[in-house]
Amino acid sequence: MKGTLNKDHAELAEAFIKDEERVDWHDGALWFIRAKRDLASKKISEWETLREAASQIKTNVLSNLHQYLLQFEENLKKNGIIVHWADNAEEHNEIVYSILKAKEITQMVKSKSMLTEECHLNEYLEERGIEVVNSDLGEYIQQIDNEPPSHIVLPCIHKRKEEIGELFHEHLGTEKGLSDPTLLARVARKHLRNIFLTRRAALTGVNFAVAETGEYVVCTNEGNADMGAHLSEVQIASMGLEKIIPQKKHLAVFLRLLARSATGQPITIYSSHYKKPRKGQEMHLILVDAGRTRQLAREDFRGSLKCIKCGSCMNTCPVYRKSGGLSYHNTISGPIGAILAPNLDMRKHADLPYASTLCGSCSNVCPVKINIHEQLYKWRQVIVKEGYAANTKALSMKAMAWTLSSPGSFTTAGKAGRWVMHNIPFVMNNKLNPWYKQRDMPEGPKESFSQWYVKNEVDNKKNNSK
Amino acid sequence: MTTREIILEAVLKNQPAATALPDVSEFKGDRTNIVQTYIDVFKTIGGAAYLVDDLVEVRNLLHENFDFTKRIVTTLPNLTDIAELVTAENDPHSFEDVEVAIIKAHFSVAENGAVWLTDELMGQRIIPFICQHLAVIIRAEDIVPTLHEAYEIIGTGDYGFGGFIGGPSKTADIEQALVLGAHGPLSMTVYMLKQ
Repeated sequence: MKGTLNKDHAELAEAFIKDEERVDWHDGALWFIRAKRDLASKKISEWETLREAASQIKTNVLSNLHQYLLQFEENLKKNGIIVHWADNAEEHNEIVYSILKAKEITQMVKSKSMLTEECHLNEYLEERGIEVVNSDLGEYIQQIDNEPPSHIVLPCIHKRKEEIGELFHEHLGTEKGLSDPTLLARVARKHLRNIFLTRRAALTGVNFAVAETGEYVVCTNEGNADMGAHLSEVQIASMGLEKIIPQKKHLAVFLRLLARSATGQPITIYSSHYKKPRKGQEMHLILVDAGRTRQLAREDFRGSLKCIKCGSCMNTCPVYRKSGGLSYHNTISGPIGAILAPNLDMRKHADLPYASTLCGSCSNVCPVKINIHEQLYKWRQVIVKEGYAANTKALSMKAMAWTLSSPGSFTTAGKAGRWVMHNIPFVMNNKLNPWYKQRDMPEGPKESFSQWYVKNEVDNKKNNSK
Repeated sequence: MTTREIILEAVLKNQPAATALPDVSEFKGDRTNIVQTYIDVFKTIGGAAYLVDDLVEVRNLLHENFDFTKRIVTTLPNLTDIAELVTAENDPHSFEDVEVAIIKAHFSVAENGAVWLTDELMGQRIIPFICQHLAVIIRAEDIVPTLHEAYEIIGTGDYGFGGFIGGPSKTADIEQALVLGAHGPLSMTVYMLKQ
């Protein structure tokens, strides 16, 4: 896998924004999807009530998760689905491997699943001689480029069609220079159809798991989850504990919100409800914790588990749009990734809550009303308190605290700052100041607000007394 | 302790105080111009929809729309003169070369264009996904406004597999360019019977 090792969001983003034309294109592509989401949501007059209902259902799920998990498990078993529990990524991967090994299966087709990306399942299985093919087109492209997805809904949104054409030339033998999206998609269709037809095992993710009935719903536009599942003799589904919803009728609320929030579609082309294995088929479902119960204990952050993975917070985020998903060095990128990742590894992901302007746009578009920007702000406090903040940040925070705590030092610092910006701007405008990178510093004001206020108040008094 | 017990214990310990479920029974759609709404929505997602008088008209349109020199399958016993009947006994892989599949759906949803199918109507679960073109017949009176009414009809559901299908399979993974026909059907046509 192409590495992002030991680099933080700012460093990785710096590499991404070197190509200004690409950044503008990436920014525009995502904003286009955000605009489609706005159009779709405004066609539903009860949109805000739906969001509120979705939020309340998910809050209820977290507050009653123990009961729902037991109910879901019981109904899965009644339906003939074999249930597994995994505490962490390693255990999840071992379970998948043991299922395949028991059937002597050495090739598997997989539809989109961020959880298995998070678990690095493909690498684990490949080390043990099992070949995995990602069948979602975007994920397939990322796989042959040896790169993780940069967006949870649009895995290769950062790639230009010419780059994809080059990858297809190398891996699928297409003509050099071919970059027409329809022609490339047709080549992939033909290649992957043969994969679906020859794989005995198929793994899918889960969008919603219904406790009441013991079935799970998988949403795709391409039909890849169904092509894999219905041709397989062993079907495996991997899901995080938080994917449970209480009742079947709640699907109406979530399916109305999901695709509209994600891409502006009224519904994904396929919303498949898997309930029982077909004759001669074996179905497995793996319930994975991998940090979720730990997040459940964090009062300020447990709301992040309500996420339905629509990606709308990424599409709207000014930092995501301009820095690209890969700069977040985590499977789930963007604002939601930045509040999920510190729970997994606080030291490694201490930079992510800072990859935000805290503008709040993410919270405004979130279909389940997660207070994402407030959680980003709260994570910053936890990270500083726990001692994981970058040294430069910790030092400047201390200096800032001292300056702001005394009016005398604040006035002096302000004067000094203005003098520096006017007389020796190179002190600010240099490579050591991260804010100056890729930005021009504004011209400093001639006087402070206090000075301006005192002067104008005097002028006003003079005018009034005339 | 088993992993299951460890996880369940952690969930019980960490879950917050119980909150109530909201009442979702108030969500309802509007039936005004429901047929036209369905047709319009379905066209915008890349499908084709016809309002037809009877099965004779469906047969005529099928012949107009598709290449009958290729393999056509159906789950409808009254169409076996023009198509091969799908049975539960077939190996799903054997449908790889199907050009058109003609099946019935339980109902459709006006707000999103999707039809609701369960495995008994598909013959085989793979049928609506593996065919190059999908043709679906529904009764025009079986259109519901939104997914809320849809799930009222479905209830808890007695099926092994069920699904909403709302148009031809699609992808926009390459530079957001819309391509119809990702892995599933290249086209989807819905025939709505007036009677």
